[in-house]
Amino acid sequence: MGNTRESMKEVAVDIVNLTKCYGDFTALSDVSLDIRDNEFFTLLGPSGCGKTTLLRTVAGFENVTEGAILLYGEDIANLPPNKRPVNTVFQQYALFPHMDVMQNVLFGLLRLGQDAASARARVGEVLEMVQLGGFAHRLPGQLSGGQQQRVALARALAPNPKVLLLDEPLSALDLKLRQAVRLELQQLQRDTGITFIFVTHDQEEALTMSDRIAVIAEGRVQQVGTARDIYEAPINKFVADFIGETNLIMVQVLGLADGNATCLLPGGGKCTCPAAQGAIAGEGHISVRPERVGFAEPDAGVMSGQVARLVYLGTDMHVDVTLVDGETITVRTQNSTGSYIPPVGENVGLTFEQGAARLLVD
Amino acid sequence: MARNNDMRWFPGFSVTTLLCLFLLYAPLIIVAVYSFNDSKSITNWGGFSLRWYADVFWGVEAPRFRAAAINSFIIAISAAITSTIIATMAATAMLRAGRFRGKTFSFALINLPLMVPEIVTAVASLIFFSAIGFTTGILTILIAHIVFCIPFAYLPIAARMQGIDDLYEQAAMDLYATRLQTFRLILLPLMAPGIISGFLLAFIISLDDFIITNFVKGAGIETLPTAIFGSVKQGIKPNIMAISTLLLAVSVVFVTLSWLVGRIGQKQQQTATNGGE
Repeated sequence: MGNTRESMKEVAVDIVNLTKCYGDFTALSDVSLDIRDNEFFTLLGPSGCGKTTLLRTVAGFENVTEGAILLYGEDIANLPPNKRPVNTVFQQYALFPHMDVMQNVLFGLLRLGQDAASARARVGEVLEMVQLGGFAHRLPGQLSGGQQQRVALARALAPNPKVLLLDEPLSALDLKLRQAVRLELQQLQRDTGITFIFVTHDQEEALTMSDRIAVIAEGRVQQVGTARDIYEAPINKFVADFIGETNLIMVQVLGLADGNATCLLPGGGKCTCPAAQGAIAGEGHISVRPERVGFAEPDAGVMSGQVARLVYLGTDMHVDVTLVDGETITVRTQNSTGSYIPPVGENVGLTFEQGAARLLVD
Repeated sequence: MARNNDMRWFPGFSVTTLLCLFLLYAPLIIVAVYSFNDSKSITNWGGFSLRWYADVFWGVEAPRFRAAAINSFIIAISAAITSTIIATMAATAMLRAGRFRGKTFSFALINLPLMVPEIVTAVASLIFFSAIGFTTGILTILIAHIVFCIPFAYLPIAARMQGIDDLYEQAAMDLYATRLQTFRLILLPLMAPGIISGFLLAFIISLDDFIITNFVKGAGIETLPTAIFGSVKQGIKPNIMAISTLLLAVSVVFVTLSWLVGRIGQKQQQTATNGGE
């Protein structure tokens, strides 16, 4: 849904062939992204992948080694942070400890030259927006982590930035709070219409909140797409493995035609499945999500093996099946009365749901 | 179990402690107590009296002491203000300019006066002033005091600044503050406890200094320590004990203040960082 809704929109932030080096270390390598107006865009990747560096180059805290950052068409790559109409919510919030909530949120407005009266009115408005109406005269040290996080959000939203940058703002909160704040944050983005660039290493956070996600690893953009694109049509092994759980199965690609691949599976079975753009013939990997593998009679499926282990997960059951070549395939089945769960030691056949398997770029 | 490691159970602990405390504080206590002695003797107790304090303020030597005290305070305040400003700038450069060539060397240079024997600095200053044809007087004392006060002001300021995450400055810049506004509105208030602490320390170091002052003061100018030394040369009278006790009281007050300010700063910093967890 995000894709169609957003695809018509103007580009808010256009990152063009951005490279960032620290001495010999390349933190970002030829990154190009277009983030659209009014989009909730997430940079997702493991720690150290360069996602925070990318955010900091947009904020202006890091200079770029090569490339351009266009904000609604204007190159901002060489502007200092105070000249960029973007605001940041920091991971550790960075609330000024010697100022109360009101002064913290006022800070940006006053620096922009707003008169005190209208600035105060605006502060009242954003504090209501983050449900902190009664806290204007508290010091940051007197607030809980969740409240501080809201103040940081209010402070960054108050000057009505063209783009809001959020650097893992939920990582310091406990799990329950984090889940509640996710929804609020998404709602806030819809209400304000401000473009959000959100950095996280938490794939669940990324999947639930974002219009689009850029998966980043080792300083490179691996894939950009909606949550569904990335989960269901990962482009390469890294994305398939990083987002959710998957079975990566080594196959021989016998033929490629019209975006479909015919693969020889371990054990001699064959399957035809969609191939990611750029996948090549020869040796390769397919990805199959555990919930999309089913059981069949031994020899009736595309592969067969023996049940090695059952892992009880509450709503679901993980069934580890060892194939003849020693590889393990995980099957995820619902723990409902209707579903068949084979006992350990049983010989089973495995089937893939229609479109479940996907040939990846290695 | 923790007892085995407790310092207090080490053999000789209490004896050592008592000996140290005695050597450190017995002379001071004796001076303070005998400053209230009604007798002219400095060893025999003749009853409680404030006569030597009255003597300090209104006695024969009072004008000399008063002039010296005024000089001392003018010099100490000026030297403390100037060295605190320099130390603040130095700390900002050392801790907020990233890595630069000669950083370690600069740090050593700032703190060198702590290491150089005072008598060497005193002689060198005197030679320097006379070489450039500077008339010794209150100005030479002031310049010399500013120089040796810098490291004393620098240490608490730098220590405080080290504890301030530069994230606050980034946040300020992100919220459209210029570099100067960031310094004035964010860094300076957060550093304030360190700066005050550094100022108080510099003040007391300047107020107490004798050796360097004595070399560079020139004829006719006295500070309190040199005036006291001048009087002692003519024999120790109980009024010296009174004035020494007064100086001691001022020192204690300032050092305590410096410590208190430092502690308040630390608490503020703790709540600021703990809150973020």
